[in-house]
Amino acid sequence: MSTQPAMRPPINFNTRRMRMDQMRRKSTNIAITVLSVAATIIVVAPLLAILGYLIYKGASSLNFAFFTQIPKPVGEDGGGMANSIVGSGVILALASLMGIPVGIAAGVYLAEFGRGKFLATAVRFTADVLNGVPSIVMGIAIYSLIVMQQKHFSAFAGGVALAIMMVPTITRTTEEMLATVPHAIREAALGLGVPKWRTAISVSLRTASPGIITGCMLAFARVAGETAPLLFTAFGNQFWSLKLNEPIAALPLQIYVYATGPYDEWHRLAWAGSLVLIVMIMVSVTLVRIFANRGALKGGS
Amino acid sequence: MGVGIQVEHLNAWYGTTHTLQDIDLHIPANHATALIGPSGCGKSTFVRCLNRMHETNPIARATGVVKMGELDIYKDASPVEIRRRIGMVFQRPNPFPTMSIYDNVASGLKLNGFRNRRILDETVERSLKQAALWEEVKDDLKKKSGASLSGGQQQRLCIARALAVDPEVLLMDEPASALDPVSTSKIEDLIFQLKSQYTIVIVTHNMQQAARVAENTGFFLNGKLVEFDSTHKIFTNPRDKRTEDYITGRFG
Repeated sequence: MSTQPAMRPPINFNTRRMRMDQMRRKSTNIAITVLSVAATIIVVAPLLAILGYLIYKGASSLNFAFFTQIPKPVGEDGGGMANSIVGSGVILALASLMGIPVGIAAGVYLAEFGRGKFLATAVRFTADVLNGVPSIVMGIAIYSLIVMQQKHFSAFAGGVALAIMMVPTITRTTEEMLATVPHAIREAALGLGVPKWRTAISVSLRTASPGIITGCMLAFARVAGETAPLLFTAFGNQFWSLKLNEPIAALPLQIYVYATGPYDEWHRLAWAGSLVLIVMIMVSVTLVRIFANRGALKGGS
Repeated sequence: MGVGIQVEHLNAWYGTTHTLQDIDLHIPANHATALIGPSGCGKSTFVRCLNRMHETNPIARATGVVKMGELDIYKDASPVEIRRRIGMVFQRPNPFPTMSIYDNVASGLKLNGFRNRRILDETVERSLKQAALWEEVKDDLKKKSGASLSGGQQQRLCIARALAVDPEVLLMDEPASALDPVSTSKIEDLIFQLKSQYTIVIVTHNMQQAARVAENTGFFLNGKLVEFDSTHKIFTNPRDKRTEDYITGRFG
């Protein structure tokens, strides 16, 4: 038995030093908890403050007419932003229809097919630069590329401007989310004789879809409030118009016009419009989340 | 029914590393063949060359002839077709996390455009029964995710998924190394039953496992096939000194 190692003496957990250590650990734990709760409050507080202030300023001007009527001529009271609400919907639908498929497709290329290729590096760099282009510059660019060519403002031009602003966020999120899909999952599909393109779409993309949907929602929410790119493209419209090749009203534009105008009635409507804009963004993001979670399975990751 | 595999002068590289050196081997049909050897000896690379998974890695390369029956898999067929006919079960269970149990098993057919409900239902049931998982999951087929099962169940799910596309050969790369002893013995029972219908190649670190399930065993060392013979011969009277050293536990 002499080859066995000597017994280690038992550790005394009840020394003064050990007790002090325990105290220190407990207080550190409390301090970190307090700090992170405080940080959370600091993050959430501005959002609640803005929402609260908007409700305080805008809710009183909200009525049925606001959602059903178009703006009244200067000097007349009442009127609403029905055309702007619908117009924003049209522009955002256009932007999403163009921006989301292109953004996701580019992200799939970067993550699944472009590893180590020059084109992928170029696309990634371009996306990052595009993400940093100021929105007013985007507006001017689309103005000269589409509006000048067509010789008139249009809903379509507004949609394109917003779509281009959505693409880089969606592309990079898609790429990052696909990178978190374990390689073993792809191998499983390839090993079953599933072609690579099908694996990328039906397995990798599907596995990463919750994160990608979040990315699309972030991009959507960001452009939903954009004003600058619409000034030169969608232009705004005081009347009903659903035509894609004509100027169209949009909530941010209408808010801008009313908030910078000289009349108190306009200011009230601008507050109400801001409230409606924020609520619309929150509702659409929430709806997409609920819709996306509906098909989720028990025990899925 | 399974078919045999004939390997001639197979060489494989990862970048500049020569991971497989001139392998010649005949894998008989409807038998289980075990491949043993220390980590990094090339046995996983070898099975990945058999169904052309090796080349999914952009820096990987392979030369030589691999024949499944009369079919030269590197010349006469696309990798996609080969991988459907030569199924693979990986070391770690890898069910598709966003798919139900049913969809996991049906995935090989569905992702190749197969839509007939009745045949899908039959195939899922048959495959899960073959993988001895049917009784445990039949009530939650479409409700639960494949990832909600235990590790052992997940691995049997992966076996069912591989069987659902009706392969002729089943490659298993250390299929039980991430599992507990009870799940391991279930997988081994399964291999025993499956080899009447499929040709099975199993990579394992567990020599008792090789002895239990396989008729033939190959010993790999440093990218070379040192010895290939009946399992009985390898474990009782190996020809090569290095094989004897490895199986008696003198190294590895």
